[in-house]
Amino acid sequence: MAVVQSPDSYIQEGKWEGNLEQLKGLVSERAFTGETMLLNMGPHHPSTHGVLRVLLELDGERIVTAVPDIGYLHTGIEKSIEAKTYEKGVTLTDRMDYLSPLSNNMAFCMAVEKLADIDVPERAQLIRVMVLELQRIASHLVWLGTHAIDLGAMSVLLYCFREREKVLDMLEMLSGQRMMGSYIRPGGVWRDITPDFKPALRKFLDEFPRSINDYQALLEKNPLWIDRTQGVGVIEPEVALAWSMTGPSLRGSGVNWDIRKAEPYSGYETFDFNVPLGEHGDVYDRFMCRILELWESVKILDQGYKRLSDKGPFRTDNRKYVPPPRSELGRSMEAVIHHFKLWTEGFSVPDEEVYVSVESPRGEIGCYLHGTGGTKPRRVHFKTPSLIHVSALPIMSQGHFIADLVAIIGSVDIVLGDCDR
Amino acid sequence: MQIPPALDPAEAVQVAMPDSLLEVKLFRGETTLIIKPDDIAKVAQYLRDTPGLVYNFLSDISAVDYYPDYNRPERFGVAYHIYSMLYNRRLRLKVFVPEEAPEVPTVTSVWPGANWLEREIFDMMGINFSGHPDMRRLLMPQDWDGHPHRRDYPLGYEQVQFSFNVEDILKHKPLAKE
Repeated sequence: MAVVQSPDSYIQEGKWEGNLEQLKGLVSERAFTGETMLLNMGPHHPSTHGVLRVLLELDGERIVTAVPDIGYLHTGIEKSIEAKTYEKGVTLTDRMDYLSPLSNNMAFCMAVEKLADIDVPERAQLIRVMVLELQRIASHLVWLGTHAIDLGAMSVLLYCFREREKVLDMLEMLSGQRMMGSYIRPGGVWRDITPDFKPALRKFLDEFPRSINDYQALLEKNPLWIDRTQGVGVIEPEVALAWSMTGPSLRGSGVNWDIRKAEPYSGYETFDFNVPLGEHGDVYDRFMCRILELWESVKILDQGYKRLSDKGPFRTDNRKYVPPPRSELGRSMEAVIHHFKLWTEGFSVPDEEVYVSVESPRGEIGCYLHGTGGTKPRRVHFKTPSLIHVSALPIMSQGHFIADLVAIIGSVDIVLGDCDR
Repeated sequence: MQIPPALDPAEAVQVAMPDSLLEVKLFRGETTLIIKPDDIAKVAQYLRDTPGLVYNFLSDISAVDYYPDYNRPERFGVAYHIYSMLYNRRLRLKVFVPEEAPEVPTVTSVWPGANWLEREIFDMMGINFSGHPDMRRLLMPQDWDGHPHRRDYPLGYEQVQFSFNVEDILKHKPLAKE
């Protein structure tokens, strides 16, 4: 919704010079008579967590309507994947939700595996679960830090980023990159765990619970925090379901739906963990849900640590989909052929469609994949939680103070890369 | 609370609306009901409200372009992925629409969350959703030419603007002239 206005006349005459016609139906009639004020928040506002623009209609300090406008970070990732083989497409999925790239990898790879009918060895599934939970911790820490700084609690950000750095170090040990590792590939993971991974994980698991206690002590009973968050941005469970909200934003309203429990993938059914639920559906409950999820992630990682063997299969043996190990290339003609075919042409999948969904730190990431029968997809579509949560923003923010909008945006944990793709 | 036994969605729709259901497909354990485009909202309402089905949650709506193949059976397909929390199962509804004036009734009255998902398809594929409360482009600028996710839309880049080609570029951006 581009509002056309000429800056000069706006300043000289002190009046709106834009085409108000295009706002008809978006904001109430009172805005046209000047009774309420129209105000742009973003796209360069720090508390919108990226490039989200919200057109606000304000009655005093209260929000009458909020009209979110997105697309500033649209990079055409879905379109670009259509021009790449499945193995190469993984790299692009990292760039969608840049705070939890591994969840995107997972959704895409699971879709490819389902479409091509590839089996993943149990140990590879275990490694996947562990890196996904590490990623969940890293993502929640960024959320907690930025959410707290939005509401004025500066120090939490610094503590959160200190711990997040340790998680990113571990991801770097595995994939060689801190953030965009593309570690999860169709058929398994890119390479085996490195010898220093398990000791680093043990050390982290021993230290991290103390840090969670610190965050909770800083915020949980803090009267300022409670004043700013309790009773703010309430979303009823029926409304949250109708608007397709997922993840902690849905569970904060008390709806017990976690894809890891409802439709377990990658062996989540073998882990013992709980799904934290909220009660009132306000900002505070969503905050508590995510904090408690940190504990559950630590629990899963602890069980995974005990089960993970140092050596073993980390991707499928099916050479039609996964390249052979380097050691085979020197002595096996078949290995050379497979390697050449995979890196030049890629593998083919049937001309059919599948839909898979995984529980990312933000909610349900769904991947709809339609093959062509060849080596490149016909259509990839990602259903992303941030898009849904931004679309529900007007419902959550109606009637609240403009300062509370910042709390609400923070509480649903949106990432605009995830939203625009 | 007594939970009514789960019904098979394909059979239930076949009995209740035999004219709307065109085909049932099964692939890798996923059921797809192919529905007549005009009846999608009616079928959606039925699937959401009937005891034994209760598809109360809309996961995703996405569109696929079969270009250059116009006979599968039409150029565009729209896939609705719905989920029933009570019975913990998923279902895909699919409609096919032709290249000429592609139009599907909106399902925003059934699942309000469809609002932005349908806007995205309108923006990216150029499929119109009749009865939608706010049918504007979602991701691309309002004055954008074409629909980027169509298979005949080239994967390219935005042309760099110089003084020699500025007029040509601005012809395609009526709102940017101001």
